Amino acid sequence: MHTPLLQMTGITKRFPGVKALSNVDFRLFPGEVHALMGENGAGKSTLIKVLTGVYSIDEGTVRIDDRTVTIAGPLEAQKAGISTVYQEVNLCPNLTVAENVFIGREPRRFGRIQWKKMNEDAKQLLKERLNLSIDVTLPLHAYSVAIQQLIAIARALSISAKVLILDEPTSSLDQNEVQQLFGIMRKLKSDGLAILFVTHFLDQVYEMSDRITVLRNGELEGEYMAAELPRIELVLKMIGKDLKLLEELPKLSEEAGEAAGTMMINASALGRKGAIKPFDLEIRKGEVVGLAGLLGSGRTEIARLLFGVDRPDEGKLLVADSGSTVKSPRNAIDLGIAFCSENRKTEGIIDDLTVRENIILALQATKGWSRPLSRKKQDEIAEQYIKMLNINPPNPEHLIKNLSGGNQQKVLLARWLLTEPDLLILDEPTRGIDIGAKAEIQKLVLSLAKQGMSVLFISSEMEEVIRVSDRVAVLRDRMKVKELSSSEINQKEIMQAMAGG
Amino acid sequence: MLNRKYIPILVTFGLLAAMFAAGSFRYTGFFSAQVLYNLLIDNSFLIITAVGMTFVIISGGIDLSVGSVIALTTMLCASLVEQQGWSPAVVIPMVLILGSLFGTLMGAIIHYFKIQPFIVTLAGMFLARGVCYIISINTITVTNGFFTKVAQTKVILPGGNISINVIIALALVLAAIFLAHYTRFGRNVYAIGGSEQSALLMGLPVARTKILVYAFSGFCSALAGVVFTFYMLSGYGLHAMGLELDTIAAVVIGGTLLTGGVGYIAGTFIGVLIQGVIQTIISFEGTLSSWWTKIVIGLLLFVFILFQRLLSERRITLKT
Amino acid sequence: MGGKLYRHHLFWPVTVLGALLLFNLIYSPDFFSLVIRGGNLYGSLIDILNFGAPLILVSIGMTLVIATGGIDLSVGSIVAISGAMACLTISKGTDQSSFLLVIGAVGASIILSVVLGMWNGALVTITRIQPIIATLILMVAGRGIAQLITSGQIITVSNSNYEYIGAGSLAALPFSIFIVAAALLIASLLTRRTAIGLFIESVGSNPEASRLAGLRSKTVILTVYIFCGLCAGVAGLILSSNVSSADGNNAGLWYELDAILAVVIGGTSLNGGRFYLMGTVIGALIIQTLTTTIYMIGVPPEITLVVKAFVVLAVCLIQSEAFRKTLITRWKKRNYPAEQEVTRHA
Repeated sequence: MHTPLLQMTGITKRFPGVKALSNVDFRLFPGEVHALMGENGAGKSTLIKVLTGVYSIDEGTVRIDDRTVTIAGPLEAQKAGISTVYQEVNLCPNLTVAENVFIGREPRRFGRIQWKKMNEDAKQLLKERLNLSIDVTLPLHAYSVAIQQLIAIARALSISAKVLILDEPTSSLDQNEVQQLFGIMRKLKSDGLAILFVTHFLDQVYEMSDRITVLRNGELEGEYMAAELPRIELVLKMIGKDLKLLEELPKLSEEAGEAAGTMMINASALGRKGAIKPFDLEIRKGEVVGLAGLLGSGRTEIARLLFGVDRPDEGKLLVADSGSTVKSPRNAIDLGIAFCSENRKTEGIIDDLTVRENIILALQATKGWSRPLSRKKQDEIAEQYIKMLNINPPNPEHLIKNLSGGNQQKVLLARWLLTEPDLLILDEPTRGIDIGAKAEIQKLVLSLAKQGMSVLFISSEMEEVIRVSDRVAVLRDRMKVKELSSSEINQKEIMQAMAGG
Repeated sequence: MLNRKYIPILVTFGLLAAMFAAGSFRYTGFFSAQVLYNLLIDNSFLIITAVGMTFVIISGGIDLSVGSVIALTTMLCASLVEQQGWSPAVVIPMVLILGSLFGTLMGAIIHYFKIQPFIVTLAGMFLARGVCYIISINTITVTNGFFTKVAQTKVILPGGNISINVIIALALVLAAIFLAHYTRFGRNVYAIGGSEQSALLMGLPVARTKILVYAFSGFCSALAGVVFTFYMLSGYGLHAMGLELDTIAAVVIGGTLLTGGVGYIAGTFIGVLIQGVIQTIISFEGTLSSWWTKIVIGLLLFVFILFQRLLSERRITLKT
Repeated sequence: MGGKLYRHHLFWPVTVLGALLLFNLIYSPDFFSLVIRGGNLYGSLIDILNFGAPLILVSIGMTLVIATGGIDLSVGSIVAISGAMACLTISKGTDQSSFLLVIGAVGASIILSVVLGMWNGALVTITRIQPIIATLILMVAGRGIAQLITSGQIITVSNSNYEYIGAGSLAALPFSIFIVAAALLIASLLTRRTAIGLFIESVGSNPEASRLAGLRSKTVILTVYIFCGLCAGVAGLILSSNVSSADGNNAGLWYELDAILAVVIGGTSLNGGRFYLMGTVIGALIIQTLTTTIYMIGVPPEITLVVKAFVVLAVCLIQSEAFRKTLITRWKKRNYPAEQEVTRHA
């Protein structure tokens, strides 16, 4: 067997309070596509950032072509032959295509940039290596994301890259564009390039990659040949389970009479291009519906559509009681829907405000500015929820930004429970929360359902989805692939649907 | 073939032509080479300042200190030459270097401490103005032979004449066009304005470029200050009051996006001329008062900003 | 306890103000002395309050705008427009001393400034132009409009009722102090006794999360710009009434910058979020005291600008996270400049 082009050994990276990577090995061979897989917090993006010099390495070595290298920045990574194409194209939309390929290395004569030569070079490069004939003098923003990505690849190639990192390149491409990209990846592979491919789409992993490295919780789970690793095994390794040990979990939820509740919300053929393919989903009153699927499978996208954060391109969404559809988050809240986002930092907490203020925010927004909750009432509410959800430190006047992630999550939960919604959408409500609190939240969900609240429960942890849900919808690759009613719910069934193929 | 990126600049040029034509039809004596030359003569310092500002705005920043730096430069020139008896050959290079250093300092603070350019250059504006008054609170008249000679020299052109200042301004405009479009520094400025994060990840020298942009703007302001001294033959702390606004307006009317990334030196040049034509028309009109200049410029600003906003909106919808 | 005091948001502003006053006391021992003359109190302290009144007013409005993550550069122009409008109305009146005329003039000015505030707010919310750019338009055009109203002249009026706004006395104190007190009271009540304050801070701190929590952020932002316009308008009335004239060119010159400075000194971050009205008031008083002090010690008043420059820089450096980190880590991360940049997004 030939020698690896890139060899990372014993990589460790610490952030204040967390060990993002511990003792991870990774290697890349020339002429292969190597998929890097892992769930949230597995350390994929940290590993890539370490490799591209965005982060420093605390321990471990990187060897390229059998030489130890230190990569202290994006520029040095490029010089070492490592180039990255990110999901959000990291080029300058205002510059021309040719410039984006060559900026920083423009052909010059006596310090003067030779535009003609640059344009011709760019045109030739795109034509020869990517089979792409476009006007290179137009600004980048004139082209679709798919083309922009190809241009980013062209830039990488022009720097004579040996290692090409594609970080979720397909997330916002349609089927044809994906195939175009894959064609180019195959071509580059046969040219001897080593490609590191990160994606959430399992189908694409198996279509393209020769080798798979799985990370979990910042540690190396293993390196496998793609052909020798069944899909289901891959999924199990990503979420850290053994198929043999999977057994029936005691269900917390009681067998609710299936037709007991009336309709709460009904989505029919609802879809949004690039986010989620059209799906049907109905949630009844007092029912807990779980969404299972790997990271990036379209779980959050469904939640955002139901809450009116994003607008659907097609299909219908009906809220039963009012018979109307959801137009905006404000509108959704008025219709009795609440959405606890998985992105606590950007979409959840208000940094500068206290725990108390964060809790009452949604309720106050509903009441309007002129009918403020009295301070006494606010204190009572804060007190009550801090006790109920065991928020720590139990001080309502603490700034929320100083709380731990788990406690921030509880505050957000409190914010939405306070609005007494008919439908509560929980996106990863237990991530980063200790085990005791997890069980509490699960119990809470069930008791809320018993009182007649509908819950859409999204989680990467299958046990908890199974434990709380009356019904589970399984997603794979931005598509709803299966729906299991209460008697059919079991881990194997879900896992199989998640892995597909 | 019409390239879409030239639309704003063409609109600007069309506006200038239309205004000049309107003026020519309405007022006798408007349509003459000398009126055109006077536009350049009276606005040469503004052209120079606006060139520096264009780079700053393309990089995504703003420089409020330009007017004050001009005032400070006139002050330094006047006091050193007149009161200290220094030679202009020493003073002029020195003020240019000082202006650049002043810009460098502001750029470094903006970049390394991540403070909004608006605030840092505001402090720079206060500082430079204040230092003027430390030197003197009165006007210092310049009688030095070199300065008066330059001020009085006329370059004869067909149909009229221009001053040395105009030649300096035009030379700077040409140099700046080259700098913006044919050097790596210029392209890096555009890249940073387009996306600083991307520029960083593409391995471009972001820190150096950003600081240099402010240094260049400082240099331009100082040069404009020297030119202003030639023009007014005096140093005064109240010179060029509010010039930063005129400059920004000229840059925006010239088709440069205030959000950065897009802009043309040539457009800025036309933008300054548009302001000049407005002033000329108003002075020809006689009954119209000078404040209409501000209102019209404000109106133009509004129209252009809205126009840019619509263009960029279309860009976004095109993308998704 | 001491540590707590040190951390209070008013600690630094109050300390600086105290130090300034102390300096004045040492320099001129009768600085604090108040004299009653003709039933009115006179003294340097009163002067500071009286002359500082318009700035405090403008700064209060600016505080709320900045708290939403915006900025309003047009306040200086609105000050000029409002004063011009009032003086024009009075000078056009048949009976110059009529009380009703003053009511009409004040009403016209206030309506006009509310409209101008609405214009700014609409540009920011509806066309979604960055605040600094949106308000720049009125900053440029506003001066012209003010001069248009005054026809480029300085309009002088003689109406004792109008003069009362900026130069009259109530209970031995300048009337303008009461206007400022009323505005501060209204702003405090509105922001702390209703939910508006919470909404402003929420929108300024995290607009996206606020939208998901169901806030109508556009209404909040629009309101804040209108309020800021109103404050600037009233400040313009005080200023023009104080000198019984309107000067479209120079009235309210640099007010936008001084107001922003007052807000920043008061501890409100330019990034939006938490705001401190009392801090702003003290910030504005610091600026006014500084000006008075410099007058008093006989240095050319323009030197104030140099001092202001250093104050702006010092306050911003203290607020800058990058600067604090630099002080602590001394360029430890120098080799990985992108790390800090990207950690924020991670």
